[in-house]
Amino acid sequence: MWSPEYESMSRQRLEELQLKRLKATVERIYQNVPFYREKMKTQGIKPEDLQTLADLKYFPFTTKEDLRENYPFGLFATDMDEVVRIHASSGTTGRMTVVGYTKKDINTWSEVMARSITCTGGGPRDRIQVSYGYGLFTGGLGVHYGAELVGATVVPVSGGNTKRQIQVMKDFGITILACTPSYALYMAETAEEMGIDLRTLPLKIGIFGAEPWTEQMRREIETKLGIKAYDIYGLSEIIGPGVAIECQEQEGLHINEDHFLTEVIDPQTGEVLPYGEKGEFVFTTLTKEAFPLLRYRTRDLSLLYPEACACGRTVARMHRILGRTDDMLIIRGVNIFPSQIESVLLENGDVSPHYQLVVDRKGNLDDLEVWVEVSEELFASEVRKLEHLGKSIKQKIESTLGINVRVKLVEPKTIQRSEGKAKRVIDRRELYQK
Amino acid sequence: MKVKQISVFIENKSGRLAKVTKILGDNQINIRALSIADTTDYGILRLIVSEPAKALSVLKAEGFTVRETEVIAVEIPDQPGGLAGVLNEIQAKGVNIEYMYAFVGKSLENAIVIFRVEDIDQAVALLKNSQVNLLPEAKVYSL
Repeated sequence: MWSPEYESMSRQRLEELQLKRLKATVERIYQNVPFYREKMKTQGIKPEDLQTLADLKYFPFTTKEDLRENYPFGLFATDMDEVVRIHASSGTTGRMTVVGYTKKDINTWSEVMARSITCTGGGPRDRIQVSYGYGLFTGGLGVHYGAELVGATVVPVSGGNTKRQIQVMKDFGITILACTPSYALYMAETAEEMGIDLRTLPLKIGIFGAEPWTEQMRREIETKLGIKAYDIYGLSEIIGPGVAIECQEQEGLHINEDHFLTEVIDPQTGEVLPYGEKGEFVFTTLTKEAFPLLRYRTRDLSLLYPEACACGRTVARMHRILGRTDDMLIIRGVNIFPSQIESVLLENGDVSPHYQLVVDRKGNLDDLEVWVEVSEELFASEVRKLEHLGKSIKQKIESTLGINVRVKLVEPKTIQRSEGKAKRVIDRRELYQK
Repeated sequence: MKVKQISVFIENKSGRLAKVTKILGDNQINIRALSIADTTDYGILRLIVSEPAKALSVLKAEGFTVRETEVIAVEIPDQPGGLAGVLNEIQAKGVNIEYMYAFVGKSLENAIVIFRVEDIDQAVALLKNSQVNLLPEAKVYSL
């Protein structure tokens, strides 16, 4: 364990620590962030009403819409002078979700990532290839800082250029690979084409996240790469990768509960559910300075394991993500909302044509096809004009989403409608276990 | 001199073309000429029919994306070099052709070719006093 004093502390002491930190967080956001102050006032509640951890349920939730409405820095709780880093992820519409970190927040993030790497069996002797994207996305830099703190040798390859990735992995004697699970499989395929057997390399651990995956995929990755594959969970709003990580028991992900307080709620009623029931995960940050979040609704569905883990950690474990409460898609690690595509299509005319997103996994890579029904307004008798229409939609979507898509023009009424509402997404990947 | 063509958007899946022609047949609409432009995913069916307005409304009612497009019909001497002569004339007038297709053969003295041009009004004006013989609308539908 990286920090046994926290990761294996008694539940009673952990809860005392959580309450102390929670009180401080609530007090601070009430003082520093007008949004939270107003919301608490509307709800008729004050920071001093928080006497036990269970009292948290009386406090208001924070949603992704709240983040959007306070774009870009409205929810920051420190002076901008204190902020040393900004990250961002795509939002439901044109606006990004922006998060900030103070020096201490970066240290906290490095700490939880160091715990995560240690949890999978990694250490200072390892050489870690970070193939998550570096940039506004939290994946690359998040893993990077944690790996440096551990004392491992970090190779910041970032995403893309798969052949070079394989070359680096082989020539540098990489022992830990960090990327999305689908990219790991794609690497395996590319290595095979290059005549390199990844199973013969020193590579032994994979830290995979940023998208949902299944047990079946894990087995496939483990077989093809000759490694143990670990699931890591995180979201930029809370901190980035490192919110929770699997240990070598591979029975659920340990949540860094001394930093992130976890509730599981009924997504319909907002009621807190008993331990072990499936619901929406809600996190409250306990130590973050620049961008603290109160009861943030993740839209991720999962459940908490009630039993203690054989590895000795006392922090709670969550099951891998079992689904979403909204229509967000994660494609090649990028969060995508159908509404983003709708707004692109609206630019082409007054009325948005009917569309459908068809997601599939082809050759281990996610493939997004956008079906657009050709209405009379869009139709022309010249092939040239229709091809131009398809291409311009494709380019606009690609520049908005930042990933490649294929646009297919289809006849009207091709897209299924149920109760008058079109089904916007067909996901054939079967990423969530039934 | 302008002729109404019916254009139909057709996805590349079996039975769609049969469906269009059946709808027209059931409504006593006669197909005079047709062409299909195809791409990997879809095709554009272009039709000259006996009753374009009716064809438009019945196809629309069946859920097809249909559009009326104006084209010109040119009579061409049915002999070697006939089309070449006409194209030469059209080119000399500076008319740009988007696409063209021939009429379904019938025992006519001359062949008939449909042209979709970039600027139809300009094309009609330019070709009126030329060697190119444009067919009037009513004659085309009833051929």
